[in-house]
Amino acid sequence: MFRIDFNKLRFLVCDDNPHMRRILRTLLHSFGAREVYEAEDGATALEMYSHYVPDIVITDWAMPIFDGLELAQMIRQPESKGNPYAPIIMLTGHSEKRRVTVARDAGVTEFLAKPISAKGLYQRILNVVANPRPFIKTKTYFGPDRRRNTNSAYMGPERRVGEKHEVLQQPSLLDKARSSI
Amino acid sequence: MAKNNAKDIEVKAFATHHLITQPNPLRKVLRRVEEKDMDDPVGRAEQALAGLSGEFKDWMTTEVNRLSAAYVAIRNDGFTKARRDELFHAAHDIKGDAATFGFPAAAGVAESLCRVIEHAPDLEKVPAELFTHHINAILAIVHENTKLDSISVSAELSRRLRKVADDYLADVNRDRPEHLEVILAPSIVPAE
Repeated sequence: MFRIDFNKLRFLVCDDNPHMRRILRTLLHSFGAREVYEAEDGATALEMYSHYVPDIVITDWAMPIFDGLELAQMIRQPESKGNPYAPIIMLTGHSEKRRVTVARDAGVTEFLAKPISAKGLYQRILNVVANPRPFIKTKTYFGPDRRRNTNSAYMGPERRVGEKHEVLQQPSLLDKARSSI
Repeated sequence: MAKNNAKDIEVKAFATHHLITQPNPLRKVLRRVEEKDMDDPVGRAEQALAGLSGEFKDWMTTEVNRLSAAYVAIRNDGFTKARRDELFHAAHDIKGDAATFGFPAAAGVAESLCRVIEHAPDLEKVPAELFTHHINAILAIVHENTKLDSISVSAELSRRLRKVADDYLADVNRDRPEHLEVILAPSIVPAE
């Protein structure tokens, strides 16, 4: 079993709601964290991100100046002098599937829908600490690999084209259906 | 803090993308321990959260007052983008926080209000009662929630308002399939 030494982790919490910041601070301190920095908007968070170089960012989505999505995009700049690889956990009241997809495409590492729970937050932190994913850089995306699992049953075109030996030749669903008739 | 040197980062180039791997920069904070030596950080955090619960009603009152003030501004002076955003954010915060603060039914009503604000094609044309019923319901739930017999009433009120709001949204979005799809899609948060 693994235990996280929270006292060695530095967190940046970004939420415009002071009550939610207090709750997050309480939870993180209870886990054992000592260094928890707080910002109430995206611009301040970005400044603090450069200054404190946190290990993990926990951000709300809806915030003034620029939001959590924009914050994630600004952190995920591959050429930046800062650390573009830090895990970003988006903690938000948005709970629609399309929002999860948008957050993922902005480079968010983990998505946690409110209401917050100690267990949910701990699991997300454990996941980013123990199971970091490789990063992918394309013309339009830089962030953690959006494919969390290898699906051996996947049927369809390989959208991520690689070297010759890595192109998966798979029949389309239509071809599969035809061949089974 | 935990950041690898550039030399530790391995980049493989492919036709359409680069695959970037590096040693886990946070590996030093992970410690393998025997099960008997595991403490309970989640339990500790839940206890700490319970310690804050004495303040939750006051926090919730602050959130509800913000929502009321946002709607009063709209009722007095009409919708602008800033007023619409303030109403949405106030409702959205209640949607996210209320269950943590012990008012799950208020979270449900606030979610319904958020959906109205987000998906109504013209907020000026939304019946004022749809806004006032939602806001008054949240006020009532927060003020009356201390009575045990009011909890099931709150949940029922929340369900009925959601039904009214969803029927309204389905009707006004009948020609907007992209909104209709979102309105009818299930939430990723499991129902209680």
